[in-house]
Amino acid sequence: MKLVEPSLKSSPISTFNIERIRSDFPILKLTINDKPLVYLDNAASSQMPQLVIDRLVRYQATQHANINRAVHYLSEIATSEYENARRKLQFFINAQEDREIIFTSGATDAINLVAHGYGRKFIGAGDEIILTTLEHHSNIVPWQMLADERGAKIRVAPINDKGELIIDAYERLFNQHTKFVSMTHVSNALGTINPIKKMIRFAHACGVPVMIDGAQSAPHIKIDVQDLDCDFYTFSGHKLCGPTGIGVLYGKAELLERMQPFKGGGDMIISVTFEKTTYNTIPHKFEAGTPPIAAAIALGAAIDYLSTIGMNAIAAHELDLLNYATEQINYIPGVRIIGNATEKVAVLSFVIDGIHPHDIGTLLNQEGIAVRTGHHCAQPVMQYFKVPATSRASFAFYNNMTEVDALIAGIRNVQEVFL
Amino acid sequence: MSTVSLYQEVILDHNRKPRNYGTVENASHQAEGHNPLCGDHLSITLNLSNQCIDSIAFQGESCAICKASASMMTVSVIGKMYGDVETLVKEFRDMVMGNLNINDSHHLGRLTIFSGIRDLPTRVKCAILPWHTLHAALNSITNISTETKNDSIHTMISKIG
Repeated sequence: MKLVEPSLKSSPISTFNIERIRSDFPILKLTINDKPLVYLDNAASSQMPQLVIDRLVRYQATQHANINRAVHYLSEIATSEYENARRKLQFFINAQEDREIIFTSGATDAINLVAHGYGRKFIGAGDEIILTTLEHHSNIVPWQMLADERGAKIRVAPINDKGELIIDAYERLFNQHTKFVSMTHVSNALGTINPIKKMIRFAHACGVPVMIDGAQSAPHIKIDVQDLDCDFYTFSGHKLCGPTGIGVLYGKAELLERMQPFKGGGDMIISVTFEKTTYNTIPHKFEAGTPPIAAAIALGAAIDYLSTIGMNAIAAHELDLLNYATEQINYIPGVRIIGNATEKVAVLSFVIDGIHPHDIGTLLNQEGIAVRTGHHCAQPVMQYFKVPATSRASFAFYNNMTEVDALIAGIRNVQEVFL
Repeated sequence: MSTVSLYQEVILDHNRKPRNYGTVENASHQAEGHNPLCGDHLSITLNLSNQCIDSIAFQGESCAICKASASMMTVSVIGKMYGDVETLVKEFRDMVMGNLNINDSHHLGRLTIFSGIRDLPTRVKCAILPWHTLHAALNSITNISTETKNDSIHTMISKIG
């Protein structure tokens, strides 16, 4: 009998080998300004592993045609791969049925879909919609547009100095006019994880449906929509190691069926005459026109990749990064972290005394470090903390401790330049 | 051009100790400039007599590039005639947009320290905001933004372009 030597490749990936994970991402080999890239802008968009890039290429090279149409081979395989991706996403968030997964162009598109498809049908004059201070503009503006049109009112759940929602105040917002809640699972600007399960339970006790913006949570936390019992949940593919232009709306089938379509066009109909159009069943009712087929299939591959590593292993590694980075930043005089919630994902928003975030961003870039500077499309959060902007380092599972050290050295260098 | 040479001592010094910081009393011209993308804003007040800038001051909240640009701008335009200042505004704008060869003849002097900004497209607006605000003040446009199509920046760009 021949003994096979254990190799790295045959060892279970669940041991979370960070260097092997890093080698899956070609972009991490880049140098910027002659320094190794330190990519800490993952909350804006994450990077893509080689196997997802390969999946895009394989689809375009060997499987592409339009879906749901022709009887030829390519159309059949494209349709089946697209629907396979839908099922992967169903399992990823533990939805009950695959028809509860609607492909959208991203989380913004999904929120607009619900504001139109549910809001314009079921929210009227004098009704109230509850949002929170932590929302990204994409979960504010569609509801404002709806409220303006329908004569409805926006109510906002406040936060405390740590950047956490004040749950008592949220609960006090409910009254007989409350018709909908839309809130973020995780704050993009601060990293706060909201206790959405109990907030959803409270809303449901008042008979109010809840939409969750999961753009910043799905890449970092295991999501179970049945356990959360949310009515809608959305996230974007490009923050999940997938391509841009694809996202997901989960909705309870019973709600999706009662909603009106968002966009009209091909694929979302059963029959069309000039007198009357009969809409297709869900999810197709909400997928008018040719969708981003390649992007959906590649997102499916990204989900497979993340599932192989394991969302719990990802969360554990990111928590190590967050704790180490927080501790190191707190050692630097003159640097203040904005957002110190007890429950956080690995997002560090910070300000440096006397130095504007844009100067910080430019000087860090000089060291090859990519952070986001600005208001992070969350101006109400900036207004609460009375800062015009912050610098934000946001981590992914492929970041390592060396990169945290590079960030800390970079911040000290910025302070030295401005001394 | 790397960012190393952008954040050099002259710029850092003007950021630390901005010249002509504050407001001019009984100003004949004034304007507010905003960059809503980063929350930066500054106001410029000045006195123009016989077409000559007698006094000028600025104040506001901004990054180092914007503040140093404003500070050095006030130093360079004091005592200059309206027409010469407008030429300087055009030359500064061309320089940071990469449309001016700084080896050709121009009137920018030490302001060429900002030439490297052309390689940082996201920071061009920071350097240019004080100049657009000055242009607005001189032309009695009291409020400008870097993000409005109908502001003096775009008017000026279309006039020059």
